[in-house]
Amino acid sequence: MSNVQSLRCKECGRDYPQEPIYVCDFCFGPLEVNYDYDAIAKSMSRESIQDGPLTIWRYDDLLPASRDSAVDIGAGMTPLLKADNLGKELGLNNLWIKNDAANPTHSFKDRVVSVAATKAVEFDFDTIACASTGNLAGATAAHGAKAGMNTMVFIPADLERGKVLGAAIFGSVVLVNGNYDDVNRLCSELGDDRRWAFVNINMRPYYSEGSKSIGYELAEQLGWHAPEHIIVPVASGSLFTKVYKGLNEFAELGIIDNANTKMHIAQPFGCSPVAKAFVEEQAHPKPVIPDTIAKSLAIGSPADGYYTVGIANKTGGSGTIVPESKIAEGMKLLAETEGIFTETAGGVVISTLRRLAREGVIGPDEETVALITGTGLKTLEAIEDSVSTKTIDATVRSFDEIVMGRGVK
Amino acid sequence: MPLRRVRFTFQTELIQRPVIYDLGMKFEIVTNIRRADVGQETGWVVLELEGAVEEIERGLEWVAAQGVEVSSLEGDILAG
Ligand SMILES: Cc1ncc(COP(=O)(O)O)c(C=O)c1O
Ligand SMILES: [Zn+2]
Repeated sequence: MSNVQSLRCKECGRDYPQEPIYVCDFCFGPLEVNYDYDAIAKSMSRESIQDGPLTIWRYDDLLPASRDSAVDIGAGMTPLLKADNLGKELGLNNLWIKNDAANPTHSFKDRVVSVAATKAVEFDFDTIACASTGNLAGATAAHGAKAGMNTMVFIPADLERGKVLGAAIFGSVVLVNGNYDDVNRLCSELGDDRRWAFVNINMRPYYSEGSKSIGYELAEQLGWHAPEHIIVPVASGSLFTKVYKGLNEFAELGIIDNANTKMHIAQPFGCSPVAKAFVEEQAHPKPVIPDTIAKSLAIGSPADGYYTVGIANKTGGSGTIVPESKIAEGMKLLAETEGIFTETAGGVVISTLRRLAREGVIGPDEETVALITGTGLKTLEAIEDSVSTKTIDATVRSFDEIVMGRGVK
Repeated sequence: MPLRRVRFTFQTELIQRPVIYDLGMKFEIVTNIRRADVGQETGWVVLELEGAVEEIERGLEWVAAQGVEVSSLEGDILAG
């Protein structure tokens, strides 16, 4: 059973049937899933949620497909951890880490692809496709395998090894020689005349809904309320806008009392069109050519950038541009204080958090959640220069000398 | 004929100039405005262009050379 009423244009409000379409024919605005909230209010409660599976599908009243038909490899219900050590370091007494690296393919993209793959099956596609800088590739390939579909995953040839092999294990992956623009152009041409479910194009209205589940989980895991601050790594801005939407839906439905969360944008210096627009008080981010070690955030022309800036403004949030040199530092700080190894996007988030704490944007006792959206094992290259190891001979003497720093007696 | 959906963003100095009209006159491109918002300092227009692929490319280069920022509407296809 699904509570979807229509796809609705975010700009002009026109309704469209539930099909694999993503843009309004009339004004070219993006289409978004529109639900029958009255029906949902009758069926959904804290208790009904708690009776559900320990995946994103426990919230299927607010997703565009039912758990009964879900392509499910266990996305969602990742740990929310009280980060007292990191908090102490930053002067924050009420800090939480949402560890979405604990998803099946180790990033939050499993949430969105689980929904996209489910809809792709429902729409009778036999091929699921994406163009990705890594995490989406792994998630799409894995869910495609689970659904028994053909997969077509396109990635730039210069991507980190962990991301290439971590996707290729599930099926075929196509490495494209060229830069971001080349991959973009190729995939838009390929998508035009092939009947594929392109998760980030014709499946986008459904796909992006999967990210709302982070908002729902945060509310549930905090004991049914919304936090005061959330720091979100931003590429296209989809995750950012949907976490916000999720919390607001819960508030509208009365599942939580209110959602007054301040939403903070985190971007790396080498690709920060959205944070820059926020800082410069522009409504529309200006496209850039990405050049950052945080490849998962390297989206130069962010589709939801405009909405992201709007939400950051409306909620009293902020936009932070993290210097490239501080990315690995953030990764290291989280690892050393909390025992969590995040990828570069997480490094951007932790460095943003540090800045917001230092500047007093986040007060010491304000409840704050940092979203950690992917694992460091996929981006080992980024920390090669910031960690050191010691190699010894297999003798106690060598151990004493090199590890303990004791001279020979 | 191929279609292309784009956004033009104008800064103050350019808002008064008939860039879209000129685009249709100088090139074999049919322009079709779908949405627009013109404020005090900047303005933007979402439009559809119809014409041969190379003609649209040339036309967009000319628009950019006038100081108008041209962006693709759907954003990047590549995702993280
Ligand atoms: C690890 C990680 N964090 C955050 C993002 C941001 O996602 P969005 O495009 O929804 O802003 C991505 C992917 O793009 C990602 O791979
Ligand atoms: Zn519309």
